[in-house]
Amino acid sequence: MSDASERHDTDTAPGDRDGEGIGTYVAGFALAVLLTAVSFLVTRTTLVWQPSIPVALFVLAIAQMGVHLVFFLHINTGPDGANNILALAFGVLIVFLLIGGSLWIMSHLNQNMPSMERVMQMQR
Amino acid sequence: MSAGPKPSRGLFAAVLGASAATAAIFALSPARPRAIPVGRSGQERNRGGSPEDRNHLGHPAQARQPNTEHGDRTTPSKRIIAGYGFWIFLLSDIIMFAAFFAAYAVLSDRTAGGPSGKDLFDLGNTGIETGCLLLSSFTCGLASLGLRAKNARWFYGAMAATFVLGAAFIGLELREFWSMIAAGAGPDRSAFLSAFFALVGLHGIHVTAGLLWLLTMVAQVWAKGYRADISRRVMCFTLFWHALDIVWVALFTVVYLMGVQG
Repeated sequence: MSDASERHDTDTAPGDRDGEGIGTYVAGFALAVLLTAVSFLVTRTTLVWQPSIPVALFVLAIAQMGVHLVFFLHINTGPDGANNILALAFGVLIVFLLIGGSLWIMSHLNQNMPSMERVMQMQR
Repeated sequence: MSAGPKPSRGLFAAVLGASAATAAIFALSPARPRAIPVGRSGQERNRGGSPEDRNHLGHPAQARQPNTEHGDRTTPSKRIIAGYGFWIFLLSDIIMFAAFFAAYAVLSDRTAGGPSGKDLFDLGNTGIETGCLLLSSFTCGLASLGLRAKNARWFYGAMAATFVLGAAFIGLELREFWSMIAAGAGPDRSAFLSAFFALVGLHGIHVTAGLLWLLTMVAQVWAKGYRADISRRVMCFTLFWHALDIVWVALFTVVYLMGVQG
């Protein structure tokens, strides 16, 4: 953007590549391959404390999703992408409510339900 | 978009129209038009206040004047509206995937005495699938660059590579599904396997639809050339394909890598 000062309030579409070339894709691809490889290696390793592995996998997955968003979908936090970022933030909120809420509710239901043996006895 | 010059272009036009209508409501911040990189755009045809765009609905005649923060009623360019609307659609699609992920997370240990992920999953196969999809995402980005450069060999070559890699992914996934069903671990075996086939199958259906869309886009570029409206459709396709790769990252982590952890 040569006249960036003039177009301070432009919107960009997600995926719009303004002055971005093949370098962005190569960098994103390299980072994604690295993160994927580390994910697969961490799964099999015995070097680290085993309960920490799921946490590490979560962190690596979220990092890789961020890499994809920034380098492939070109979602950025610049003033041009405010609408895209707001939509993304709302989507992430809904996703967390949906998955987290389901897990929370179902675990409580499991705790409060009588066990299957008691249900069988009550039916007799 | 819904009131565009050629409204009837199949299902994706309908989806695009609906989501772009949402985008027009939400895209509140004033925006200045910009040159669309590929093809002859509507704004170039209508520059100078031609009679068919008297109200400058496409793009204003005073394009070089700086915008004020408020009171400027210019409409963003079609590329921005289409891209933003399709981004809204993609987020809705990801929310649908989240519902399937939630079902899988709740049911992943309900194996009903049947095989668990530890017994079933082959990480080598998953690794090859991941490589195929990641590389196809990369070649898909190259294809969009080729389209912008109006380089036929670059565009068609990258699109062909994307198709082959996507088809290889689908083939590997189908082979995995058939081997599981043949081993008696079909979707009717346990709640875990029902959720597994629903989640992974949903992603596979998306990739299959993406392959059909890819062929449609190649045919349209081949038949109609590097036009601005075709370029917008290819942009939406690349967004769709990249979003499928994002879903696959979540999927191979949650289903396969955590599944073999036991």
